[in-house]
Amino acid sequence: MSNSPWVRSQSAAAQAMTVPQQPRPRVRLAQPGSERSTTAVDASAPLAAPQRQVVFAANSVGVWYGQKRAVDWITMDIERNLVTALIGPSGCGKSTFLRCLNRMNDPIPGFRMTGELLYHGHDLYSPRAVRAEVRRRIGMVFQQPNPFPKSIYDNIAWAPRNLGMRHGLDERVEKALRDAALWDEVKDRLKSSAMGLSGGQQQRLCIARAIAIEPDVVLLDEPASALDPVATASIEDLIDELKSRYTIVIVTHNMQQAARASDKTAFFSLDEQGIGTLIEYADTDRLFTNPTDPRTEDYVTGQFG
Amino acid sequence: MNRTLKWLCMAIAALIFVAMVGLAFQIINDSSKAFSKLGFGLLTRSTWDPQREQFGALSLIYGTLVTSVVSVFFATLLGVAIGLFLSMLAPRRVARVIGPLVEMLAAVPSVVVGLIGIIVIAPFLAKTIEPALHDVFGFIPLFGPPQSSGNSIFTASVVLTFMVLPEIAALTRDVFATVPRSLTDGAAALGATTWETIRGVVLPTTSSGVVSACMLAFGRAMGEAIAVTQVVGGQTALYTNLFKPGDTLASRIAEEFASPVNMLHTSVLYYVAALLMVFGVVSSLAARAIAHGTRIRN
Amino acid sequence: MMSIQAQQPVRGRAEIVPDPGYSLTPTGNLRRRLIVSRFVESGALIAALIAVGVLGLMVFFVAERGVSVLSWSFFTSRLPVSGGDGSVGGMGPAFVGTAEIIAIAIIVALPVGVLLAIYLHEFAGPRASSIVRAVVDVMNGMPTIVIGIFIFSLFVYGHSFSAWSGSLALAIVVVPIITRYSMEAISHVPGSLRGASEALGVARWRAILTITLPSAWGGILTGTIIATARAAGETAPLLFTSSSYPVTLQLNPLHGISSVPLQIYTLVESGYPDAIHLAWGAAFVLLVVILIANVGARMLLRHFEKKRGISA
Repeated sequence: MSNSPWVRSQSAAAQAMTVPQQPRPRVRLAQPGSERSTTAVDASAPLAAPQRQVVFAANSVGVWYGQKRAVDWITMDIERNLVTALIGPSGCGKSTFLRCLNRMNDPIPGFRMTGELLYHGHDLYSPRAVRAEVRRRIGMVFQQPNPFPKSIYDNIAWAPRNLGMRHGLDERVEKALRDAALWDEVKDRLKSSAMGLSGGQQQRLCIARAIAIEPDVVLLDEPASALDPVATASIEDLIDELKSRYTIVIVTHNMQQAARASDKTAFFSLDEQGIGTLIEYADTDRLFTNPTDPRTEDYVTGQFG
Repeated sequence: MNRTLKWLCMAIAALIFVAMVGLAFQIINDSSKAFSKLGFGLLTRSTWDPQREQFGALSLIYGTLVTSVVSVFFATLLGVAIGLFLSMLAPRRVARVIGPLVEMLAAVPSVVVGLIGIIVIAPFLAKTIEPALHDVFGFIPLFGPPQSSGNSIFTASVVLTFMVLPEIAALTRDVFATVPRSLTDGAAALGATTWETIRGVVLPTTSSGVVSACMLAFGRAMGEAIAVTQVVGGQTALYTNLFKPGDTLASRIAEEFASPVNMLHTSVLYYVAALLMVFGVVSSLAARAIAHGTRIRN
Repeated sequence: MMSIQAQQPVRGRAEIVPDPGYSLTPTGNLRRRLIVSRFVESGALIAALIAVGVLGLMVFFVAERGVSVLSWSFFTSRLPVSGGDGSVGGMGPAFVGTAEIIAIAIIVALPVGVLLAIYLHEFAGPRASSIVRAVVDVMNGMPTIVIGIFIFSLFVYGHSFSAWSGSLALAIVVVPIITRYSMEAISHVPGSLRGASEALGVARWRAILTITLPSAWGGILTGTIIATARAAGETAPLLFTSSSYPVTLQLNPLHGISSVPLQIYTLVESGYPDAIHLAWGAAFVLLVVILIANVGARMLLRHFEKKRGISA
């Protein structure tokens, strides 16, 4: 087991080849017993595996707000159809990093990103990347539910209408609400204002709104932190259902939630200079039961934060 | 001493209340002579002949309404656009410069606006814009042949547009800035373009604020006397051609009040002022009510 | 000072082939939607440029025609007699007159405005507050010419024109301005100051006078400057109240006093080219003073807001 705190999931067979002599194509190998849809490959032959298995590739990503460095040295891969949780104490850059993934940091004055962030191999911050397209593919649900002051139906239908999906709107709305586990509760009052829903319902509405346009990725920024435990549980169930269709990245304060709901977990914390950074990134089970870095162990066992 | 301050403040508050009520009372009182003689006929007839004691303010009302509606219409288009620009579209440094400049447009005194209007703007419009409009749209009676002097309803409308525009811009800018970041972020996160966010989220949530600003601008436009009187031409005939001279209620008072022909004349001018006063009060209170309605709903 | 992370191998870009199915260039109808959005954004920019352009043009016109008029005699000579006796005349008495009329107006309006603000902030119950605010709004929206003939009817009719009646009319016009800025300023005084003074047992009136008002004086000053600039440019309230156009310098507030905007109006309406020439000069001075006052007031306000820690 290497000392590097940067740990990635690898099969035992490939371990011997993981010390790179020279750059090699990254290969996603099937783990014994896992059902992840990765291609099983003959490990002896160098090849280009289907790149679509890595959705986000972050290389030394850093974020500056003016002169202040918020996070730095984030290098991680986020994989398709998995739930990746970002955990850590407050103020360590989890949300900042999350918002980099769909360029929601752009309007913040003084924002600057260093390093490289690739989405299916494409540079997210290339001058040719269009923000509206980025966000169409990478949706986000915010910490505070933020439904529009429109009817429930119009909340969901608004973005599809913009995108020109005018046919089958009713079906699309119903499907989104069903997938968000909200349909039964609101099916009789689709035309009533969304502001009349409870907090948990509003948040599920926001999730429905995000998936109505069939994005590729759904980012969730502490989606349950403003909700009561019952509503929180319903959100968690939802996340588990959604991951088969979407790639999910979730920031959460709640360690138990991360442990329950996610497949891989990334632990963020402040480094010696007080800058947020990625400490450890591994399969959830391993991170919580057998963390490599002492700081991870401290956090996970509740010694601090 | 606490009580003294409190009573002093209450006295002042009562004072302005009394002053406004007194204003209404005095104006209406002074117009009673005209009202008893003319009744509501003043509003329906258009002959204005002080010598023969014939007074019909229809053309004045027409002039007031046309100039106000037209100017508020265009001022709203421009003003809302500027409000959006300053609150949402422009980088902060740019907005910090352009915002005050737009507000300073409002600070130009009306007499200076009138001077520029009569010497510079009116001839310019008469030589360039009005003939062009007449050529293109001449089949509509609104755009008949232009006058040479350029003093017309059209010129007055143009001048008024730029006088009320800054108010709408400043008010709508403030209103748009109150849209919660969470809503615009939510719209952006769904892949909406800036315009779609404005159309779908910003404008619907601020519609009453915008309407309220328009009401205030309308009141201001109706009450403007000095700039209008210098460019509107001062005639009481009612033409459909916008390029012909006309007059407004406020402008007529400014022209004739200093040299009335007879007592009835003066009283009629008070009658006209009473109309203006009613319009002004109604638009102020309506604007308040509309804006208030939003606050309560939120 | 390397962090542990530095040991990470840097991964080459060549390894990763961009997946053409996930390009981030516009797909579907996004290109068209972006064009529409950019069109609207340009429209907004154009509107802003139009407004600024019009302001610039106005300043330009007034400056172009007015600068040449300025001279020592312009500022000091007596006003021209209408009909023209050959002398060019100047605006001396008008400048002094305006200063005097504004001074009296502000002396009246400032305490009224500030006391109203105090009343609304400290003493008024919800119903009274609503009514008083409505009255102030009505005052704000009242056509200035109506205010002018109201004062005429009350104080001038049957007597004579007077400067103080003009000041009174102006005061009605500017009280809402001072009230609004004072209310803003007072509401921004931190509640902690009030709380501390109450805890110390300071009488309420004393707290207001010695703590609240001094803290708010920046906003109040700004409001006063803006009100003064506004009063300087108003014509309609003065038309029938202070307007006897004395051609020589006259300071007695009980009589009519000439004022700059009124004088400009008279000169323009007369139609004589010499008169209009003079009017441009007066308009230039008036405009410059008013714009500088506005700019200065705003800068002052920003300065005080920064001191308070409010981001502009």
